[in-house]
Amino acid sequence: MILDKSVLALLLASGAGAAGTLAAAPHALAVLRRWDLSSGSASQLRLERMSTLVSTGMALLLLVQAPALLLFVAAADGMASHFVGAMCAIGSLKVNPFGFPALITQIAAFFGTLIWLVLNAVDGGCRDYPLTRAKHGVLVALIPLMAASFGLEIAYFSGLDASVITSCCGSLFSSDSSKVANDLASLPVRMAIPIYFVVLATAAAVAAVTAWRGRGGIWLGLAGVVAFPVGLAGIVSFLSLYVYEDPLHHCPFCFLKPEYGYRGYAFYGILFVATAAAVSAAALGLLSPRENASRDLQERVPRATRTLGLVALAGYLSTVAVSGWQVLASGLKLLGDA
Amino acid sequence: MHAWINRQSLLVDYTLSALARHAGRNLAILAVYSCLVFVLASTMLFSDALRRESRALLSHSPDVLIQKLSAGRHAFLTAADVERIGPLRGVSRIEGRRWGYFYDPAVRANYTLMAVASDPPARGSIRVGEGVARLSGLAKGNALALRSPEGPLHVFTIEGVFREESSLVSTDLVLMHPEDWIEFFQVASDLCTDAAVTVVNPAEVRNVARKVAERLPGSRVVLKEEILRTYDSLFDWREGLLLALASLLAASFAVLAWNKASGLAADERREIGILKAIGWDTRDVLTMKLWEGALVSGCAFGTGLLAAWIHVFHFRAPLVAPVLAGWSVLYPRFDLTPSLDPWMLLTLSFLTIFPYTLATLVPAWKAAITDPDAVMRGSE
Repeated sequence: MILDKSVLALLLASGAGAAGTLAAAPHALAVLRRWDLSSGSASQLRLERMSTLVSTGMALLLLVQAPALLLFVAAADGMASHFVGAMCAIGSLKVNPFGFPALITQIAAFFGTLIWLVLNAVDGGCRDYPLTRAKHGVLVALIPLMAASFGLEIAYFSGLDASVITSCCGSLFSSDSSKVANDLASLPVRMAIPIYFVVLATAAAVAAVTAWRGRGGIWLGLAGVVAFPVGLAGIVSFLSLYVYEDPLHHCPFCFLKPEYGYRGYAFYGILFVATAAAVSAAALGLLSPRENASRDLQERVPRATRTLGLVALAGYLSTVAVSGWQVLASGLKLLGDA
Repeated sequence: MHAWINRQSLLVDYTLSALARHAGRNLAILAVYSCLVFVLASTMLFSDALRRESRALLSHSPDVLIQKLSAGRHAFLTAADVERIGPLRGVSRIEGRRWGYFYDPAVRANYTLMAVASDPPARGSIRVGEGVARLSGLAKGNALALRSPEGPLHVFTIEGVFREESSLVSTDLVLMHPEDWIEFFQVASDLCTDAAVTVVNPAEVRNVARKVAERLPGSRVVLKEEILRTYDSLFDWREGLLLALASLLAASFAVLAWNKASGLAADERREIGILKAIGWDTRDVLTMKLWEGALVSGCAFGTGLLAAWIHVFHFRAPLVAPVLAGWSVLYPRFDLTPSLDPWMLLTLSFLTIFPYTLATLVPAWKAAITDPDAVMRGSE
């Protein structure tokens, strides 16, 4: 195991997240079974009091997940210097079989926790706490995710062996590498560029409609679910080439490095924020009760959906603008005389 | 949004006045908290600075070093060995280097005596590192007498002293004419200590190393990137070990913070009771308590970090340097380049603010759910 400061911090954050959600599980289950705001019973009063603690504690634990994801990627990138053959985060993540699963689980935990935080914010703003059951249901669903994230991080960090010869990003996207990575890298640029910009522009249009109407979060969520993998595929297939100005360098991690001005964090940051807003809007639309909704909820849900739509719109438009600028400003020309 | 900001600023205003009312107790927590941040931040800042210095330093070292081994021990390379290595495609230069260690009993320290082929000192003259000059109390123009391992005393005139800025590489260095070096160590003139190889294309370094190993079996081929990796691992390991130990301090501090937050004074309880009686709800009290934690954390983080910065970059980290950088009689004096890594700040906040906030959450909640009637009657 590599005894690194980031590793200690990450294990602390994910360990606390897993322990916290697990500790909140009995309360979450009790809320799902017995929550009844109209009741004045002692057990309901206890649930309400505990709910305040659990909501605040979870908000704190889950708020940490976003910077933890950033730190995880930065740590993997920084650790590349320890391994023979590694040039960036890809080499470090491939040192053992737990690297990429740990990253993917952490990304899933990031989206899951943001959905919970949005539900919690809307619920806290209503006097009748109409989303308490729903957010505790999401909390129960987050337990295995947080536990898996912690377990995979432990397995990954404890299995880091400096004597392992790993491979760099160049080999991952070469013709004899894994199918998915190679397929993404070998997508024709003439096809990948229009698909990327059309899908992201469509997502931006759906976000604009959602922001304008204050409803339709589910459609925005669907657009977000499609735009996210297309955005990632676009980074691998053509955007990376323009960033590195090298027609063979497809790495989605190298542009997180200082020599590329940390541009990767901007690309991923806006795409992740837009996607998180989109899926949160969908979750809000799906989990908000439609019948017998209180006046508070009738006011809060459209307002929150509008805000999420605006965030998603800003995110998708920025992604389109930044990517377009990158393609136009790059010294590499892949589209004829363009 | 405006209403939310207004509400939070009023809560902060109230929290500040509440903190001022119990200044003594809060200052004690602040002092311990700042010390914790100081220890962790000093460790991180100093390790980062050392890593940066070592990288800058090694960027000028040869791409590949070749050492001959005999019975598993470092032996001299012959001129024939160096000829067998070259010429190699992709290699711009192969240079046999002559250097050796010399223990000077007068100052009880080891010097590195090295012969320089290009622009060497005049015969009988030497250039010395700042540490050598400091330890022996000599300056430019003075004579330094060294008794060679073979017995005779050699007297060298100090032609120049390296500047302190290069001390990290030159502190124990004595540069001399190749003929003087051969005479001093009584080594045959066709022998050298190792060979330094410069490779034109960095991507070809491993191929060159493989070819060298094939041509000179039994030799040790050391790559610059391997030296860099070893230094990185060494500093990471030392830093991680110190941080792991300091994290135990952080855990103890979290327990202390929990205790402090749990043991609310009677007047604090009464205060919360009154707040709830005049209309504050549980969430307001909890938010106020979280603001209290955030303000204490912010102050402690800032104070601890500033103190650590001064400790590391102005006083050369006397408290953590012996553990992180090692020590020797001829230890180099070097200035660290001040720098603040955003990832380091994020990590530091994870290791300090996060546990403190978690530790104070449950006591804050317990205070927030206090029944106002019971508190004011004095039964809680």
